[in-house]
Amino acid sequence: MSSLVTCKDFLQELNAYLDDEATPELRRELQAHLDECPNCWVVCDTTKKTIQVYKGADPAPLPAGVHQRLLAALERKAASRQAGK
Amino acid sequence: MIQSVDQAGFDESALVAAAQQGGVEAFTSLVNRYERRIFRLARHITQSTEDAEDVLQETFLKAYEHLEDFQGNSRFYTWLVRIAVNQALMKLRKRKGDATVSLDEPIDTGEETVTREVAVWDPNPELIYSREEMREILQNAIDSLPPAFRAVFALRDIEGLSTEETAAMLNLTIPAVKSRLLRARLRLREKLTRVFKRKGDEFFGYM
Repeated sequence: MSSLVTCKDFLQELNAYLDDEATPELRRELQAHLDECPNCWVVCDTTKKTIQVYKGADPAPLPAGVHQRLLAALERKAASRQAGK
Repeated sequence: MIQSVDQAGFDESALVAAAQQGGVEAFTSLVNRYERRIFRLARHITQSTEDAEDVLQETFLKAYEHLEDFQGNSRFYTWLVRIAVNQALMKLRKRKGDATVSLDEPIDTGEETVTREVAVWDPNPELIYSREEMREILQNAIDSLPPAFRAVFALRDIEGLSTEETAAMLNLTIPAVKSRLLRARLRLREKLTRVFKRKGDEFFGYM
C-alpha cells in the first residue's frame, strides 16, 4: 500500500526528519514515502549533504590586517581603561 | 557553570576566568580562538567584508568591556555570538534603502519551486574542489539568500545553536525560525546541486 504522504507533505516535514524531531509515527510515514519516491530521496539526501558541507567547512583565515587591527583596537581599549582607573 | 572543557580537553572556563581577572593575554587567547568564526558569522549576516570587520571589532571590544557580566550560564562562544548577531543586525538596519532588512517580514507560503534541480551529487565534492574553492562556492550560495534565511541558517546549521536560542537572538518566533531554516536549506541545496551534481545525471529530473 502506498503511503499517504505526498511530496509536498514530505518537504514540509523535511526538517523534522533530518533533525530527528519527528514523532515515531510521522517518521514511519516519511520513511515510507522516501522508500517509494526517488525524487524526495534525492532532495533529502542532498539537503543532508548541504548541511554537512557547511558544518564541516573550517572558517577561512581572516583577510590581511584584520587580526592586527582588532588587537590594536583592543590595546587602545585596555589602555584607556587603565588610564581611567 | 556549564561544563566547558571541549573534546580537545581545552578548559575554556579557566581562560575566561583569567580574562575576567584582567588578563589581557587570556583575552587575546579567546580572540585567537574565536575571531575566524565570529568574522565568518558576521560576513554571512552582513554580506560585506568591511561590515564584518567592524562587527568583529565591536564584538570583541564589547565582550572585553562587559566581561564581568558573563556569568557562565551559557558557553562563552554563545555569549560572543549573541553580541556579534546584535552588532551585525544593527549594521544591516543602518543600511539605508535596503528594503530587505526586516528579518520578520511575512513570508510567502505559496508553492515554492525550490526543488527544481533534483540530481544526485558527486560522492565527495570535497575531493574535487580545493578548500578555497569550496569556501567560495558555499559563500556564494549563502550570499544569494535573503537576510533572514542567511542569519537563521548560519546560527542553526553552521554555529549549531538550538531553534530556541536562534529565535531569541534574532527576535523571531520559533515557527518563523523553523520555516526560514527549511527554506534556507532547500535553497542552498538547490544552489549547491547545480555545482555538485554528478555529471550525466541531468535527465534525473524535475518534480
